[in-house]
Order: sequence, then C-alpha cells, then structure tokens
Amino acid sequence: MASGPEEPYRLLGGRIPYVEGPLKVTGRAEYTDDIQRPGQLVGRLLRSPWAHARLRAIDTRAARALPGVLAVLTGERYPVPFGVLPITHDETALAVGKTRYQGDIVAAVAAVDELTAERALALIKVDVEPLEEYPDPQTGLGKVAEPIHARGLAGTNVQKEVVQQFGDVDAAFARAAHTVRVRGTFSGVTHAFTEPLVTVAEATPDGRLTVWSATQVPHYLHRTLSEVLGLPMHRIRVIKPEVGGGFGGKSDPLPHEIVCAALALETGRPVKMLLDREDVFLTNHGRHPTQNDLRVATDAEGKILAYDLSAVIDGGAWSSFGTVTTYYNGVLAMGPYRVPNFRYRGRRVYTTKPPSGAMRAHGGTNVRYTVEVALDRLAEEIGIDPFELRSRNALPPHSTTVNEFRITSTSFVACLDAARAKSGWDGKFRQLPYGRGVGLGCGFYISGSNSPIHFTPKMPQSTVHLKVDMDGGIAVHSMQADIGQGSNTLLAAIVAEVLGVDLERVHVQRVDSDVSPVDLGSYSSRVTFMMGNAARSAALDLRAKLLEGASRLLGLPAEELRVAHERVERAADPSRGVSFLEAVHAAMEETGALSASGSFQTKPLGGKFKGARAGTAPAYSFAAYVAEVEVDTDTGEYRVPKVWAAFDCGRPLNRLAVEGQIEGSVHMGLGQVLGESMNYRGSRLLNPSLLEYKIPTPQQMPEVEILLVGEDDPAGPFGAKEAGEGPLIAILPAVANALHDAIGCRFTELPITPDRVLRALDQRTKEGRRWKGN
Amino acid sequence: MRSTAERSLLDCLRIELGLTGTKYGCGEGDCGACSVLVDGQVVRSCQVRARELRGRSVVTIEGLARDGLTAIQQAFLEAGSFQCGFCTPGMVVGATALLARTRRPSDDEIRAALDGHLCRCCGYGRILTAVRRAADLLEQGRGSGP
Ligand code: FES
Ligand code: FES
Repeated sequence: MASGPEEPYRLLGGRIPYVEGPLKVTGRAEYTDDIQRPGQLVGRLLRSPWAHARLRAIDTRAARALPGVLAVLTGERYPVPFGVLPITHDETALAVGKTRYQGDIVAAVAAVDELTAERALALIKVDVEPLEEYPDPQTGLGKVAEPIHARGLAGTNVQKEVVQQFGDVDAAFARAAHTVRVRGTFSGVTHAFTEPLVTVAEATPDGRLTVWSATQVPHYLHRTLSEVLGLPMHRIRVIKPEVGGGFGGKSDPLPHEIVCAALALETGRPVKMLLDREDVFLTNHGRHPTQNDLRVATDAEGKILAYDLSAVIDGGAWSSFGTVTTYYNGVLAMGPYRVPNFRYRGRRVYTTKPPSGAMRAHGGTNVRYTVEVALDRLAEEIGIDPFELRSRNALPPHSTTVNEFRITSTSFVACLDAARAKSGWDGKFRQLPYGRGVGLGCGFYISGSNSPIHFTPKMPQSTVHLKVDMDGGIAVHSMQADIGQGSNTLLAAIVAEVLGVDLERVHVQRVDSDVSPVDLGSYSSRVTFMMGNAARSAALDLRAKLLEGASRLLGLPAEELRVAHERVERAADPSRGVSFLEAVHAAMEETGALSASGSFQTKPLGGKFKGARAGTAPAYSFAAYVAEVEVDTDTGEYRVPKVWAAFDCGRPLNRLAVEGQIEGSVHMGLGQVLGESMNYRGSRLLNPSLLEYKIPTPQQMPEVEILLVGEDDPAGPFGAKEAGEGPLIAILPAVANALHDAIGCRFTELPITPDRVLRALDQRTKEGRRWKGN
Repeated sequence: MRSTAERSLLDCLRIELGLTGTKYGCGEGDCGACSVLVDGQVVRSCQVRARELRGRSVVTIEGLARDGLTAIQQAFLEAGSFQCGFCTPGMVVGATALLARTRRPSDDEIRAALDGHLCRCCGYGRILTAVRRAADLLEQGRGSGP
C-alpha cells in the first residue's frame, strides 16, 4: 500500500479548532432536542415508585380515553429482552411482570402536548405486590427470597462472577519481603453530561422508521430497535445529530429510545421523548458502586511479586456492560507494572437501584485507585520514593503481561520522568509544610477494545467512505460518533492531510445509517485508533486515483508523483504539476464521481483461557500525574491548586483536542474524589439533580500542566493512541496520595469529603501518630 | 417580548419561536445552558415565565453575532473552549454579559461569573482562557463585542 504523507505533517500534530466549532459557538449546531417534526407528539414515561414489585395489573383505560392521547404503552406490547451485550439480554423497553428499581418504566404515553401527556400518566392505575428490596450487593451474594432476575447465579443476585489466577500467588506471598492490604470503597458516580437523554422517532407511510437520538453508539441502537420492534434493520434509519456529551452514558441502547420509536409506530406520528434531569439520573448507567480488596506482595527492593484482588460490584437493576465491568475490575490492574502473579475474584451483583454501566475509564478507575494507594503505602514502608517504586516495576515496551495482554508502545517511564521533573517533586515530597502535599498516581487504559461486542456477521470495526465530485469537495461518511471529543475534526484532518488539501474542502457528514458505513461508535476509546486507521486507508485509496488522473495529464508515471498543498506534482521536479481540482477532473473522466473506502479490523489477541479477550487492545495509553493539595485542617476542606499530567497517547494528532480531553478528565476524575456520589437511602436515589449531585465548579478546578511525552505507536494512525479515558484514571489516586503527604492520613473511601478528612485527622490524633511535626 | 405564554421563556424561545440555540439542560436553574440576556442581565430562561417579560428586551445566542463571530465566540473557537458544545451558548451569553460590565475581569471575576454554568467536558480552564483572550481582542479594538 502507498505510504502516508511525510513528516512534518501539515495539519496533524497541530492545534486544529473543531470543524463544527462555528456552529457550536453560535447556537446553530443541531442536537436531537432541536429537531421539530410536523405534527410531532410528546412522549412521556410513567416510572415505578417501587424499587421491587410484581406488576399485577395496569389499567390504562382512563388514560386512553383522554382527548389528545394517541397511544398508551405497557410492557407486554414489546416484551423482547435486549441489552448492550448479546450474552446478557435482561432489559425490556418497559417493565414486564415486575419492576426492578425506582425509575423502571411502567407505561408510556404519546399525546398532543406536555400537559395532556402528564394528565394521562396520572390516570394510569398500577396494581402491584411489593417485593423485598435488595439495595445492598452484599445481601445479594447469598441466596435471596426473591432474586431480582431469574438469571442470577443459583438463587442469588449475582449477575456475573469472574475467577482468574495466573502464576502462583500464595507462593509469591510466602516469599514476600513486604505486603500491604488496601480495601477500597467507592460510591457510584454518574456521567452528568449536560444534554439530557432525548430521542425523536417518526414512522412514515413507506414503512420506514427514522430515529434521531442522543447516542454514542448508533449502530447498537440500530440493532436493538430492529430486535425489539421486529423490523428489519434496513427499514430503520438511525441518525445521530450533535450529542451534548456522553462519557459512556449514551452507549447502551436505552429503554426510552425504544419506547419513543414504539410510540411513533403506534401513532404513525413523529414523537419526541425528552427526559428531564431526574429521569436522566434514574437512567444512570454510571460507574458502579464498588468495594475491592487488594493485597500486594513485593520483594525487599519493592519489585512486585503478586496481586491478590477481589471486588464486589453493585450492578443495579440490569446487566448493561456488567460482564465486561466484572472482568475489567480485575484485569485492568495489570498495567502499567509487571505483575508476575495475579489472582482475582470479581462479582457483580444485581440490586434494586438504578442500573450501573460504562462510565469514562470504565472498569479501570476504582481498581486503579486501590492499586496506586497500595503502592504509595509500600513505597513508604520500604523507604523508597514513590516514583522509584513505579519505575522499578514499569512494564517495558513490547512485553506481555501475565494474563497475556500484548503491550507494544509504552512511554510510561518517560511519563514518570516528566511528571517528576516538572512538578519539582524532589523538592516537595515530604518537605512541604503540614497541610500541603504532593502525590503521584499512575494509570493505563485500552486504546480501543480489541473485541467488537457483536461478532456476526464478521465485519470491520470501522469503515470510512469518501466521495469527491466535480466541485472538489470531499464528503466523508462514517458512523464513528462524535460526542464532543473532536472525532469529526480528526477525520477531516486525516483526509485533508493525506490528500494535501485544505480542511475546508472536507465535509464530514452527519451519522445516518442510510449512508454511513458501520463503525462501532464512541466507546472504549476506540475512535482515534480505529476510525483513524480506516480514514487513512480510504484517503490513500483516493489519493492513488488522483495520482493516476494527474499522471495522464502530465504524461508521467504515477509513482513519480506526490501530493503537495492543493496540488499533485512530480516529486523530483515540483514545477511540473496540476492543481487538486485538475487531478480530480482527470480522474473522474471514466467513472464520474470518485469514491473510496477504507476500513480497520482488529486481529485476534489474548490468551486461550475463559475471558481472555477482556481488556485486550491493539495499544494502551499510559499516565503519571502529580497533584498538589492544600488542606484546611480545621474544616477538612482542601484544594488542588495544580496537577502535572504526563500522558502517553502516542503522537497527539490534534493537540487542542487531546489537551481538552485531559483537562476534562481531570475535572471528571476530581469530581469523584471531591464529592460526586449517587446517594441512596435504601433503594431510593436521594440526589437526582445537578444541584444536589455536585460536579466540580470553576473555583475547584486546578491548573493543569499537560506533558505529552508519547512516542509513535507502531499500529496507531500516524502513531496515535487514545486520549479519551486513560487521562481520567491517574488523578484520583494522585490526589489521595497527596492528601497523605499533606496530613498523614490514608483515604480508601471515595468521595473524600471534608467530614471524612476531619474524621481521619481525629483518628490519627487518637492513634497518637504525628505528621510533619503536627 | 410580546408573549402572554404561561410557559417558561425557554420553552417559548425553543418551541414557539424555533430559537433552539438556547439549550434545555435541566429545567431547574442548575446548569446555565438556557442563559439569555434580559435587558443586558443574564437570566436562566427556564426559570422565568414568558409573560413576565412583556415589554423587555431579550437577547439570545442567535442575536449576538451580527456579522461574523463576536470576539468571545472567536476566542472560544480558537482556545478550544468547548467539546460537545451543549453548554457553549449559555457560556457565551454569560461571558458576553461579564465583558459588557467589566472590560478587564480578573480570573476570580470570570470564575464567579461562570459559576453556575456547568460544563462537563472541558474543565473550565479553556473557558477562562477564551474570556481573557476576548477581553484582549476587544481592548485592542479587534473583533465585535458586547
Ligand atoms: S436549563 Fe435552565 S438552568 Fe438548566
Ligand atoms: S462543552 Fe460539553 S458541556 Fe461544555
């Protein structure tokens, strides 16, 4: 295949403002809620006030009789179970037989306006038999009277159990010079994207259904709609307008999307289903509340000998991504260090609470916190610097972990060096006055899940189509789903780079299943790597056609030609050349509009054991962060004035976007430390609003110094790896370890609220431990 | 405004007038996505009824840019002060009001003005950068502005 453009790249590696930016800053970008179809109805949901109840009867007669109501739905109408993973289809669009959490959808209405829809909901009578609630996953580990799902393991509420062992963990502990044990407790947190969940659906007389939705994985939505509604996929058209943030929360096919489409089918009219903020919180699919327990063994020099890890994960009412989550909470402990012996037992338990799912740095965040706090303790116990402990254990490039992850590029040691030098660590650690401290946290993450969720039919993970007509504009079609991360911009920039043209020639088309080739969408930080490779290959294909056309015009062999800025020219004599448009027109003579296609498929990776594919990726990102904290020891409040974020995303292709991902990740990760928490009383969510669920404010945001130190990845497009999720992980333990440096207290429970800080200080005083002279 | 509607100003703008640049993020006054200017002051349009504003002047994001982008919009674009862009109209409106009353806001003033405008994507740092840069542009007489 033709090689790519030569370095230095014209666009890639620079700071490229978002191609749709002018629309976003003027309010002209179109999101799903901005769509208004003629005759559009309002869809509304009746949610269960019971956490766990058998549905005896639902009387919808009065609601149906209300003028202005066009449809009322209950679960029996569309009972086909679904779920994002094909192996755990345990959700239904509306509750069938019983409700499993406060917020489960019991009925739905389509009406001419909001008021009528609300009135109709109030007229629906639901007769239930309340069942025992199981808000606590610990209860569900054993046999329960009324399992939440029939598919729970042997009469319990356990949805998934993973048991893995590599090497000989017991022998490693027996010969260890040092061991520590850390038990972490994590509240659930949620995505809190600013755009609420929303779907518009329209069934038309030609027998087709069009669905616009705020989704990050249009393809899985498309499949699910087909399965549940019983329509072939080619009669359904899924369109993804601009999406106002997702962070994993818009990656499952969600019940309201299916209900909205069902109401459109029932009424023959367009229907909009806009969820209010409380409904968004109840839909959740956020990070799992988790308890984990880690023992680490090292030799006398601090070389890691073994991890012995277990986790109990609170899944809420449905499976969602839970089977993957259960594996990830173990296997994502495997980098960025060499761990020669590893044992893991993870159990994900259904509870009668809003479902947990995938949230940014899915499955890698909580376990990483526990690992990094444990390593900080070990460094202290052994008496070596935390940086030294990490670099002694760093996985080298081109190595294999004990559970057979293939590591190719890693600049982890460079991350450590940069974070240490730039933060002035050696002059600060244990030397700042009492109440102030610095801490180190590290991480790694998958750059795209190597295994697609669906295996049949076999197809590439990503495909990109290009079309150029005589106007010289390049239309790009792809189902990668830009939800704000800047993938449309990257797609345009890659195409423009390879073809040598200005960015404004390239028009990335909205995701529309009628014209966009399948791409598995925005999850698992796969887009840059996979779509990027597909786009590069499509553009190279198109470039070959242009060179052929130019070769005829110039009377020179195509191999002697190259693209330059808006031009094709002879490499050895640039004065001989034609413009881009002339080359396009020459290439079109035989065929009309030029088109080209490129795709990316992953090759099988991983071992032969059960679950071996979980966590395999074509590449991994690496991070080392230092956080500085200042604690007010009277109030327990603390600030994080500065973070040094050293990150290895290979070659950053759009620095503006990569830096934005890192700053946004610091914000989100910091939220989980400072105070974000889904609070429950029993099964009831207590804080379903943006007032009570507090994300960090501008005042709480630290200055973030970003240090991009990665080397080119051998398989990434132009050397790039992911930067969407990995940047979140390291900030959490960095802050916790900095708090320890500041006040001598360890925190193993998140969030670290001021009252927890005060309690920890009291405890330290009680134990008579002094810290930095206090 | 001439509306007599009982509904919120936000619904009136989005549904009746088709001015969808102003966003519904929470409907509870917590996110700032629905911010508009009423007689130059930032107002959460989800929290006021349209009829309460009879006879007052309402400027939405659609009304800010006359020819080309304003200095604030330009600065947001160049600094990468948004990702998903859903908070952006409200942020731009908030920043416009701030620069109209304070030509050279300090970082603390910018933070205070933007507190209550939630952004989940970019961590605020670049929004501060953009507001500072816009203040520079305006001071140098470059770019149209509040
Ligand atoms: S929509 Fe008005 S403040 Fe959120
Ligand atoms: S850019 Fe997405 S919420 Fe601010």
